[in-house]
Amino acid sequence: MPPAIETRSLKKVYPAPSGRRRGRAGPLMTPGGSSAPTVPSGAKEIVALDGLDLEVPTGEFFGLLGPNGAGKTTTIGVLTTRVRPTSGSAAVAGIDVSANPVGVKQRIGVVPQQPNPDRQLTVIQNLLFHAAYFGIPRAVSLPRASALLEELGLADRGESKVDHLSGGQQQRLMIARALIHEPEILFLDEPTVGLDPQARLALWEVLRSLHAQGRTIIMTTHYMDEADRLCDRLAIVDHGKLLALDTPTGLKAKAPGGTLIEMTMDGPAARALALVESLPGLSRAGARENELTVYADRAGEALPAILRAAEQAGRSPVDIRLTPPSLETLFVSLTGRKLD
Amino acid sequence: MFGALVRRDVHVVSRELPFFLLRTTLQPIMFTTVFGYLLPKMGFVNQDYTGALLPGILGVSLAFASVQAVALPMVADFGWTREIEDRLLAPVPTWVIALEKVLAGTVQGVIAALFVLPVARLIMGPIPGLDLAHFGLVIVMTVLGAFAFSAFGLLLGSAIKGEQIGLMFGLIVAPMIFFGCAYYPWKALAATPLVQVLVLVNPLVYVSEGMRAALTPALPHMSLPVVTGALVAISALFMTLGLRTFEKRAVT
Repeated sequence: MPPAIETRSLKKVYPAPSGRRRGRAGPLMTPGGSSAPTVPSGAKEIVALDGLDLEVPTGEFFGLLGPNGAGKTTTIGVLTTRVRPTSGSAAVAGIDVSANPVGVKQRIGVVPQQPNPDRQLTVIQNLLFHAAYFGIPRAVSLPRASALLEELGLADRGESKVDHLSGGQQQRLMIARALIHEPEILFLDEPTVGLDPQARLALWEVLRSLHAQGRTIIMTTHYMDEADRLCDRLAIVDHGKLLALDTPTGLKAKAPGGTLIEMTMDGPAARALALVESLPGLSRAGARENELTVYADRAGEALPAILRAAEQAGRSPVDIRLTPPSLETLFVSLTGRKLD
Repeated sequence: MFGALVRRDVHVVSRELPFFLLRTTLQPIMFTTVFGYLLPKMGFVNQDYTGALLPGILGVSLAFASVQAVALPMVADFGWTREIEDRLLAPVPTWVIALEKVLAGTVQGVIAALFVLPVARLIMGPIPGLDLAHFGLVIVMTVLGAFAFSAFGLLLGSAIKGEQIGLMFGLIVAPMIFFGCAYYPWKALAATPLVQVLVLVNPLVYVSEGMRAALTPALPHMSLPVVTGALVAISALFMTLGLRTFEKRAVT
């Protein structure tokens, strides 16, 4: 079975605009919304993707993590046949995106960052017409549309005009639209941007259940907690390049700076600090009144040593907190800048 | 699947048809009232003028109904609403989506013409030279003109950005109307030979003259083969340019 997604040396270069012309010279696809690269006059070309190699097996929940301008949108654009690669290749479900874009479109569902429903139609009409574009007869699409609206909490908005929906509801309509033709592969571009925390959690649940149904999900995000919680594997991208690719756990283990160990002692921690500082594998040890903090590369190994040091200093801990390394720290170490 | 795209437009257009007709035919109808009824009544203009005017009014109506039907939603769809992407998700080649828009625009142009014809006739009264014997030819000219201008609408809709709409109407549409032999027959421009030659670049001239050839064949008009050939060539040109521009805008 071919992988769900495969890109080889994928490159996308946006040409420099001519002379005095300003404005956007990039993809207008909303995945990523307005992140089409704005090429100021006089600027050189923009390299949005610089030799990207990705492979996503069927059934995986795959994340693309990176800040705006990283190339996530362009990657999705290429895979959803909306952006033409400059060089390299990309295939979805074994179908080349350049050779057979129609074949690709039949197998994918796309949820853009900014909802772009057909505003001339009601909610349910959006789903029914969209199904019709895929050749699905009304007898099939109507019950399916009703079920999707029910599942996504829009059952009572079927006859509403799209403009009367809230942002979160419109986003859920986009998901319903992406699913109406039951695609094997789902693309979501920053699906929770602009949603309130409750809507966000609800959406995560929806995505989890979609994944449980066996779909391949490709999601871009710049929220590290989202990527961490949802994805089987995660690619960290910036400036069109792949910086790291692994499971979230695997990536976090690579995060330097280590695990943060915070220990509350039964008295001033200063003496314990002095002993702890000489231990190997630790960095940035500090003490403040009863609180000892230290970063350890390997928390499991460091902890007994720290406890012994504390004991030697005549202290015992009353509370120990461990904060594992985060994707954020990994990202910062790889790129020198924060995710958002 | 193509049928579904058509059905969507039929659904939306038929819901908005009265407003659409009002928007696109109000100006030609007002012009007809002033120049086809009031001025002749006041004696400023010869009653015969209505014969020269009617086909031109129809030409303008169908041409600009077609352009607007295609271009305006498309500028919005490519611009702030990004709804074009909803259509572009459909598993059809990109050019099919563009073609469907052109066909939908053609139908709307024809509807506008069929609406204006009786209204204008009503306003102006009996029109010397009006001959509906070849109504088939009238339909053919109408469809050809509407198609040519729908293709033009495709080109404009894909090429211009939202903030340029006003400019488009001021710089392109208005001059086209005034120098499109809508309010006067091309043959009569022999009085100003330079102008007669210059206006030949204006596609509206051929639509107006086509309507004259079909509706008032006894009155002076550009020859039918020339008009037909020109409209076919114009359609091909705008369609080619339009499809290319649409494709470039849709897939970057």
